[in-house]
Amino acid sequence: MSVPPALELRGIRKRFGATEALRGVSLTVAPGEVHALIGENGAGKSTLMKVLSGAHLADAGEMALAGRPYRPAGPPDARRRGVAMIYQELTLAPHLSVRENILLGLEPARAGWIDVAAARVAARDALAQLGHGELDLERPAGAFGIAERQIIEIARALVGRPRVLILDEPTSSLTGADTERLFAVIARLRDQGVSIIYISHFLEECRRLCDRYTVLKDGASVGSGRMAETTPDALVTLMTGREVRDLYPRNARAPGAPLLEVRALAGGTRLRGADCVVRAGEIFGLAGLVGAGRTELLRAVFGLDPRRAGGVRFSGEDAAARPRGCWAQGVGFLSEDRKEEGLLLSQPLGDNLTLTKLGAFSRAGWIDSGRQTAAAARWIQALRIRCHGPGQPVGQLSGGNQQKVALARLLEHPARILLLDEPTRGIDVGSKAEIYTLIGELAAAGKAVVVASSQLPELLGLCDTIGVMCRGALVAVRPRAAWTEAELLRVATGAAAPSS
Amino acid sequence: MNPRLPALLARLGPFLGLLLVTALFALPAETREHFLSYANLKIVLTQTVIVAIGALGMTLIIVSGGIDLSVGSSIACTSVVGALLLQRGWGPVPVVLAIVGAGACLGLINGLSIALLRVVPFIITLGTLGVARGGAKWLADNQTVNYESSPLNGWMTTADPFGYALPAGVWVAAGLAVAMAAVLRRTVFGRHVFALGSNEAAARLCGVETARLKVAIYAVAGATFGAAGVFQLARLRQGDPTVAVGLELDIIAAVIIGGASLSGGVGTVLGSMIGALIMAVLRNGSQQMGWPTYFQEIIIGLVIIVAVFVDRLRQGRAAVA
Repeated sequence: MSVPPALELRGIRKRFGATEALRGVSLTVAPGEVHALIGENGAGKSTLMKVLSGAHLADAGEMALAGRPYRPAGPPDARRRGVAMIYQELTLAPHLSVRENILLGLEPARAGWIDVAAARVAARDALAQLGHGELDLERPAGAFGIAERQIIEIARALVGRPRVLILDEPTSSLTGADTERLFAVIARLRDQGVSIIYISHFLEECRRLCDRYTVLKDGASVGSGRMAETTPDALVTLMTGREVRDLYPRNARAPGAPLLEVRALAGGTRLRGADCVVRAGEIFGLAGLVGAGRTELLRAVFGLDPRRAGGVRFSGEDAAARPRGCWAQGVGFLSEDRKEEGLLLSQPLGDNLTLTKLGAFSRAGWIDSGRQTAAAARWIQALRIRCHGPGQPVGQLSGGNQQKVALARLLEHPARILLLDEPTRGIDVGSKAEIYTLIGELAAAGKAVVVASSQLPELLGLCDTIGVMCRGALVAVRPRAAWTEAELLRVATGAAAPSS
Repeated sequence: MNPRLPALLARLGPFLGLLLVTALFALPAETREHFLSYANLKIVLTQTVIVAIGALGMTLIIVSGGIDLSVGSSIACTSVVGALLLQRGWGPVPVVLAIVGAGACLGLINGLSIALLRVVPFIITLGTLGVARGGAKWLADNQTVNYESSPLNGWMTTADPFGYALPAGVWVAAGLAVAMAAVLRRTVFGRHVFALGSNEAAARLCGVETARLKVAIYAVAGATFGAAGVFQLARLRQGDPTVAVGLELDIIAAVIIGGASLSGGVGTVLGSMIGALIMAVLRNGSQQMGWPTYFQEIIIGLVIIVAVFVDRLRQGRAAVA
């Protein structure tokens, strides 16, 4: 075929100080192809994307866009040449309207005055191309949910008529129906001839959506091919360099006395009603779409949101009203949002690990830093946290290691009831397996574990009991054996929800 | 690159700044001899006392992610309170306690308003800036408050009979600095302050009572502003309700030059003290060079910008390493 690839990279290298982030990456994307870029955290995906979008200059290697040499001077230059990037963190200005966001930086203007009519047409066109022409152009972007905001973000990229569109972990905060809508949008763009580079941790998603794949490992491309000709196991083996046979722990667990009892609990702004019992040695899964109230249930149990009605009991005692008292009752909470709520990124690992019980490391208010450091060192070793030592700021660790620190805080406390909200979000496959094993060991040691997750395979693999939330209520609780992925989805989408 | 290098630079940055400004005035022949004399060193240290003590409380507040704009007014108000009590014949110890207590009360009002009304510190303390200044003028009946001689008056003087001893204010400032550094680094309270400034949501989730903590932070800081008020009174030897206007900006500048981040979670007492010294050296040196005061103001403004810019460079490098 004589059609040149939409994008071709050969031998791209990039070094930061002593760290070689990219050690020879090659990547070829055909026109109108969805290309999966997969790899563990730290494999170099983000750096590669920054080179592509002009944020970094490659040290060596060649790039070509539709057969012509491509060496962007910066992100605006890359955008002009038709390479658009949608970042993992959404970058909309919440106070500006949808139209203003879509045309930000490319406003049609006459003598400095914005041509509102032309802007409306352009914004409407971009949204219509995505099949979402119905969005109100004049509403502030902040008034929309995360799924719509993402559509707006993609529409912004489309205004520049991109040849290559890069999506970085676009579904990490979406579930169910929203993901489906995004996939429909991506398929539409592909049919219009746009080449798409799709970065994701979710292999199943990549297999469904993508035509071809490239795997990055330690800054080099280690394999690529047609998605139809490979298996998830083969991809995982390429990514990690080892075989992951069984991701989920299968240790013997015998449920004991009830540790957590929730009765008719309502709280916060969304939680309408939940009833459940979690026993010692049990892993209890919480499924549900985004906005169904999984996080809200955990927050209300932990006293982070006010409880409006109903009751919570820990080990038979009434639960304290606020987090401080809950910690004292042996309950620990792991936030779904490590950066915003979970960790003190600028602070040392040791402080993060012991924050819930600094009092126990002190005498008359003065901290015994020797014991604090020793405790941190113990967990660094036990959980194989990769770091320079207890004094290193947590923000410098990789996602998986940060999550281990956040979990270690619950273990050090020590909590008997663990409320884990999305414990494996945004971390690589290897770290996931370690965290699953750890959760299994905790349950086997007699702790009660609640895991809220938007990943159904994770819940089905890990939990003994799964409860499904729908529109703020816990609508069904059954043993794992009684669930399938389809059934979970059916209940979560309200298709089988009892009236309440 | 050695990962320790940025950390080392972070520690040494303010020191290097101090060396640089000292060199600026020590090198020219016309000022060298006097500038580096012991008598002048004593003057510089004494001129630093009020800003340095204020910077202790401000370090606490800025590390916690807050700000306090009412410091200048608090210092004026507490020193007027002290002058009124001296006028009524109180002894120095009860007066000092009363001044510090008055500062703590003003801080308590700030802290309670911030925690209960959930209004950002910038706005609350902008309000108390006016309230405390007006209160000071009211208490003083809009004029300076004079009193008979008091031992207080000797605490900031550089003219002691032996010619060598540093005034009491310098020793108190140094002692308070050591204490505050220890509290910030080594106590549960201090680590909770860092946690609050680094990530308030995470601190709350970990069982830190953030509202109570904020009240305590502003109250403790208020007490240090009261202590600064003691030395303001000692320096002026009268209660002046119009004194220390805009001093909060000098104090904030000292803390920022010392390496603290206005977004919270970063800052050291040692850095803030050096920041305060850098500003005092600049003022003192410019006077000796015979530079007009507007020139000093421009230089100090530029130093703040350079200090924050250097800090950004350092953090940028740390992020890549």
